[in-house]
Amino acid sequence: MNEMTKITTLKDWETDQEVRWCPGCGDYAILKAVQRTMPELGVRPEDTVFISGIGCSSRFPYYMETYGFHTIHGRAPAVATGAKLANPDLDVWIVTGDGDALSIGGNHTMHLLRRNLNCQIMLFNNEIYGLTKGQYSPTSRVGTNSPSTPYGSVDRPASPCAFALGAGARFIARGIDIHKDLTNVLKAAHKHQGAAFIEIFQNCIVYNKDVFDEFAAKKTAASTQLLLADGEPMLFEKGAKGITLDRDTLSLKVVDVVDGDWQAANVIVHDVTNRAVAYMLIEMPFGEFPMAIGVLYDDPRPTFESAVIAQNEEAAKGKKRDLQALLNKGQTWTVAEPQHDL
Amino acid sequence: MATALKQDDSGKNQPENAENVVVRFAGDSGDGMQLTGGQFTLSTALSGSDLATFPDFPAEIRAPQGTLFGVSAFQINFGSRAIETAGDQPDVLIAMNPAALKTNVDALRDGGLIIADAGEFGKRNLDKAKYENNPLDDGSLAKWQLLKLDISALTLEAVKPFGLGNKEALRCKNMWTLGLALWMFEREREPIIDWLKSKFAKLPDIADANIAALNAGHAYGETAELSGDGLGSGHLTTRKVGAAPSAPGEYRTVTGAEALSLGLVAGAQLADLPMFFGGYPITPASAILHHLSRLKEFGVTTFQAEDEIAAIAAAIGASYAGKLGITSSSGPGIALKGEAMGLAIMTELPLVIINSQRGGPSTGLPTKTEQSDLYQAIYGRNGDAPMPVIAARSPGDAFECAIEAVRIAVQYMTPVMLLTDGYIANAAEPWKIPDVSSLEPFPTSFLDTMPEGGLKPYSRDEKLARPWIKPGTPGLMHRIGGIEKGVDTGHIDYGAANHQQMTEIRRDKVLGVANSIPDQEVALGKAGGKLAVVGWGSTFGPIHQAVRRAVEAGKDVAHIHIRNIWPMPKNLGELLKSYDRVIVPEMNTGQLKTVLRDQFLVDAKPVNKVSGQPFTITEIEAAIEENLS
Repeated sequence: MNEMTKITTLKDWETDQEVRWCPGCGDYAILKAVQRTMPELGVRPEDTVFISGIGCSSRFPYYMETYGFHTIHGRAPAVATGAKLANPDLDVWIVTGDGDALSIGGNHTMHLLRRNLNCQIMLFNNEIYGLTKGQYSPTSRVGTNSPSTPYGSVDRPASPCAFALGAGARFIARGIDIHKDLTNVLKAAHKHQGAAFIEIFQNCIVYNKDVFDEFAAKKTAASTQLLLADGEPMLFEKGAKGITLDRDTLSLKVVDVVDGDWQAANVIVHDVTNRAVAYMLIEMPFGEFPMAIGVLYDDPRPTFESAVIAQNEEAAKGKKRDLQALLNKGQTWTVAEPQHDL
Repeated sequence: MATALKQDDSGKNQPENAENVVVRFAGDSGDGMQLTGGQFTLSTALSGSDLATFPDFPAEIRAPQGTLFGVSAFQINFGSRAIETAGDQPDVLIAMNPAALKTNVDALRDGGLIIADAGEFGKRNLDKAKYENNPLDDGSLAKWQLLKLDISALTLEAVKPFGLGNKEALRCKNMWTLGLALWMFEREREPIIDWLKSKFAKLPDIADANIAALNAGHAYGETAELSGDGLGSGHLTTRKVGAAPSAPGEYRTVTGAEALSLGLVAGAQLADLPMFFGGYPITPASAILHHLSRLKEFGVTTFQAEDEIAAIAAAIGASYAGKLGITSSSGPGIALKGEAMGLAIMTELPLVIINSQRGGPSTGLPTKTEQSDLYQAIYGRNGDAPMPVIAARSPGDAFECAIEAVRIAVQYMTPVMLLTDGYIANAAEPWKIPDVSSLEPFPTSFLDTMPEGGLKPYSRDEKLARPWIKPGTPGLMHRIGGIEKGVDTGHIDYGAANHQQMTEIRRDKVLGVANSIPDQEVALGKAGGKLAVVGWGSTFGPIHQAVRRAVEAGKDVAHIHIRNIWPMPKNLGELLKSYDRVIVPEMNTGQLKTVLRDQFLVDAKPVNKVSGQPFTITEIEAAIEENLS
């Protein structure tokens, strides 16, 4: 969207409600990023709905001067599906967390992505249950010490983006709460027609402080983040390194780029419609590889609600909306008058 | 009723005039008994008899052939007077195999007629039914009339010209049997022939074979009657069951699931709202989803969700966005929806929740009927979570109840629970088609402009309902959710006084529904007296007939049937106290009884049945007798 469509300012998207997150929480940065992005989308507050589940992230709707629905744990995708089917003109944003979207609401998240409801899903991943005071979550790393796992968690974490891809999502992106590029990710998600899944690494400063620092810290970002852009080579370390495909093992590998000649190093040009590469980018083990940030995958398909509406219209075509005729349908008989009294 | 088919002393085959007759078709679940019963019902309805049916089938779709647990039965009671139940005891049992005979014969009244397909009584099937000897030959059926017909062979003979395989040909057995039944009760074959032609339009050979079997069964009756053959102790005769007196008008047959779906469509139209229906497959509620999914031209969107919770959550989302949200399930699914019901109560959005009750707890008896979700409906949520509850008493009544549920939901901005059960959902009855122009509209109004004094999403009208504001409305942006709301503003508010006040408002709003419902009437008998028999839901038929017989016998008994389960009609307490005794027959262990005792301090006594089968009239009569003596 360009500047011409700007019909609101940041102020128009702020509510008068006191924000109740912990001081220093990554949620503040995400809220600001969203409020900063909205005017650039050319949308109106009254057509916008933020729908959330339960958890710290799910308080988000109270702070957006739009329509908002703070629902119940894990069910935001289902509520959003009903709202969108009822009024497809609404611009629906789902706000959820790692526990809300992948544990209690995992089923709904999967089916929303599979159906491809046209909406944006912002999954604030902090790898912990914050609002219930710090239990480990489905994205917590093995060994996470928490009130419910005093000897460390033993189960392997879910990968949100891999889950989304497996469920059939057609748009998958990653962002970082304090990253200034987050607005670009949000804009791309909004532009995508269909379910747009965004994993946002969010710093829970109380229960899981700086858990993403190894790649989110600004100081080292150049060497730990692979910032993706469609049509651009996959370079990091200020262009000194890149990602290429090892043709023998059919896997990605890091290569050195000499004198900026990335073509010579066979660095891959990011194509957001390439699902196979998207999967490899999602699965790159951090450490050996940088963390892929930005739009990983974007390949739209027809949306669920458009298919439902088209079918409803097709099925109704040529039929009269005549309730009396409906009641009288089938074989009927007439009783002229009572034959006798009982 | 048992007088209808008593063997006449002359032993001659003369047409008998019966006030009503109960026929049960029983066979293997693959034998098409439900279909046979359904078509017999249609033909009977078209002849003008009143009727009630009771389909009774196993949970297994195709249980192993010939087994006792694979028996599927369909009972119909039809007569020339008002019929309110599917009948206590069958007068005629049509048994398609040994297992069907074994599981059903004890229900047959003494002297009743058994028609058995002797061709299926080989050793293999007898073993499967755990018969040591062939009951058709060993005299064990002596107290009944027995007709042994090799229906299998007769059917194979009838469909021979159509060159079907043995298996395909035998599948026409049910039509042969239906033909015989149509002959016995002098019913028309034409509607069935029309139906077969349209059902098998693309398979004309199958249609013709079935029609030939139907005609052969019918012809068999005529010939056998003339020849007076000796196939057993019974006689084949025709029975005349005349048309029942009923109010003038146009009629059709309707099942509860059909009537309820039509009522929801009507309700949405009267409310001037498009409908969103979220459902998840579950027995016996799925039929409602199936019916509504074919009615797109009425502004109906149906959504088969990923689970029960998503089904209600999506319906809440649709109501939030300005449609009429509806969800439907049976007990286990209703349990899953509990938390979301609380959300609808807290956010005060209209919603209709239908529970087609079945035997419980847990998976329980999925295909059998019960009324054991009354507590769940009234109380089954966390917190003080009041919700109006209404219960349909018959298939036809489900139409009116559905409209009433929609009205309460939109006028009071509240979820409403509508109770039916497996019996109502599947049973068919003649239904006087309502005149749509006589239904009173209750158009919905949305708040779409800024009110004087600013926006207060939780302000109240005289019914204590809050305004319904659709997202998309300029200037009225606000946030709602499951956290306690501040009075008027709807902002998050954990305050002590606020929660007290909001809890009371939610309670009073729902109790206020009593101002918009009619006073409790006495269905039969008079107000005040010795004994009131109080029921709700599908027990209406047996209670009504039992009380009618008692009243006709000069006894001081009344029938009261409660539709508005919560809140209850305002006069109900006084009415109940005007009787010396109150008994409450229910298909549970005494749930309404407990609520009545709690609400009105009346000494209501339970009469309970939890066998998965509806009450018989005789059982209620016995309870009346006991409580009058």
